[in-house]
Amino acid sequence: MLRGGWIQSPLCMERCMNISTPFSSNRWLGLLFLLPTLLILVMFLYGPILETLRLSFHQVAFLGLREEFCGLGNYRDLFFEPGYRRMFQATLIFTFFTVTGGMGLGLLLALLVHGVKGGRGFYRLFLIWPYALSPAVAGVIFLFLFSNQVGLVNAGLDALFGRHPDWLASPALAMTVVVGAAIWKNIGYNLIFYLAALSSLPRDVLEAARMDGAGHVMRLLRVFLPLLAPMTLFLLVVNLMYAVFDVFPVVDLITKGGPSDATLLMIYSLYRDGFEFLKTGSAAAQSVLLLGAVAFLTLVKFRTYGRGIHYGGRQ
Amino acid sequence: MRKVFSLFRQKEGWGKGMFSHLTLLFAVAVVGAPVLLALVFSTQTPAQIFSFPPKLAFGTATSENYSLAWETYRLGLYMKNSLFIAITVTLGKTLTAFLAATAFVYFRLPFRGFFFAFVLMTLMMPTEIMIVALFDRVTALGWADSAFALTVPFMASATSVFLFRQHFLQIPLELVDAARVDGVGLSAFMLRILLPMSRNVIAAMALIDFVYVWNQYLWPLVIIRDGSRQMVQVGLRMMTSGQDATHWGVVMAGAVLTLLPPLCVFLLLQRSLALSVSLGREK
Repeated sequence: MLRGGWIQSPLCMERCMNISTPFSSNRWLGLLFLLPTLLILVMFLYGPILETLRLSFHQVAFLGLREEFCGLGNYRDLFFEPGYRRMFQATLIFTFFTVTGGMGLGLLLALLVHGVKGGRGFYRLFLIWPYALSPAVAGVIFLFLFSNQVGLVNAGLDALFGRHPDWLASPALAMTVVVGAAIWKNIGYNLIFYLAALSSLPRDVLEAARMDGAGHVMRLLRVFLPLLAPMTLFLLVVNLMYAVFDVFPVVDLITKGGPSDATLLMIYSLYRDGFEFLKTGSAAAQSVLLLGAVAFLTLVKFRTYGRGIHYGGRQ
Repeated sequence: MRKVFSLFRQKEGWGKGMFSHLTLLFAVAVVGAPVLLALVFSTQTPAQIFSFPPKLAFGTATSENYSLAWETYRLGLYMKNSLFIAITVTLGKTLTAFLAATAFVYFRLPFRGFFFAFVLMTLMMPTEIMIVALFDRVTALGWADSAFALTVPFMASATSVFLFRQHFLQIPLELVDAARVDGVGLSAFMLRILLPMSRNVIAAMALIDFVYVWNQYLWPLVIIRDGSRQMVQVGLRMMTSGQDATHWGVVMAGAVLTLLPPLCVFLLLQRSLALSVSLGREK
């Protein structure tokens, strides 16, 4: 029998790590082995996080030469300045559509691929491969396709409907392009995981539902979706992380936050405040908010760990 | 609408099956189109790209565009830089994680639970989140513009430690006991038993780490100012930031060059992709 394994929550350290006979009881050597990892984490992860927390209570001026304590001032600005309110709004809209769109399309395509008789491997491969591209490549290609002068999308729209909207100059359209690029790049990820979940669903439950005469819609709503719920929760966490952090290159290349801050996502605003506007304190406050969100998502992920792997007691 | 749900494995009529296939083929085309178009336009001259209606056929500037991207826009140099950084990070990460996981599994450690939680809590912390403070720290170390800035901070990885540990826990205790009874020393145990037995884990992690580093964008963008030391994704960005006269054929050639290495990794890994992407998401 396997000891440990993927099933337990990683937080139950004591139970999982209870090994009766360690190979070596030389404590110092063990700590020495741990040292590189701990050192790097302290130097480049925990240290900067604490420093970020400190900076978020300060106003930094003159290129970091003078720091003034300002209490919660940076946070107050973040919540009450209209500019930041637009930033939160754009972030919420972008995150909502990217996550629901990506997961919805992923699920729909997974159900279709799972349902066809032949060519499942073909569809799987040719639907997931954009996942291999970097967000920057997705950004550059979409920038080109939606460009006003040479973009193929407008050439097509012009030929078909005689219209050629300036995608990147209108707030709503620019948001659409950025969301589209983000969804396109990530759809394969959701597809892979939903397919894996679908192929491990318990056959007997599906069979019983069909025997009882449940129709297609009924089976989707009452059987498939509940059985896929653990996977959906897992994917929700991952997609949220993607939509909040990994899309930086997409925004940076396509819109740079514009037009008039319509696609100014939090991660981009953080970068701009920190490295272009030199509002270090404000950037730090935004980091701290994101840090809270990530800590929460990490906990959710640990809590649900392993539950996404097994279904219906068939282990 | 009901047809959309004709998806669950069952005996279906021909028509329903065809509907699924047609929908899927359409999806395959839509999903593949952006990259295929990039490939087509990467071979065209500016005049061919600006022509209306656009030409959806390979143009006449293939070698010119690619060599411009490679030489003049220095993408070749950036790809070499990224390759070097990626290999260094991958080796370093594997080494630190191998040692740490050995410590967690095969040593009687004080505060083991605490240390493990300390490492594991960083599982989903992206670098971007504390980028301002990290920038200050790395600059204070005098590492700005150097390979140290791009490698050392990434050489500890909760994911790798966790995966090595999971793998070690599945190695039968009898084997460990037998090795000890036979008088195998610790270093021989690690090098001759643990390391060869972890071959597959290491290979999968190495490919994932490679792609992770290859796709780095924000961090090299802020910490590397010296143009000749830049990494490939930022190099691609620099190609687009020219003024109105962006030479799109060359930029698309750059995009194609940039996406090739991760695509190869993907093709190597795609059989076991559900596992590997779940590793790739985390740091």
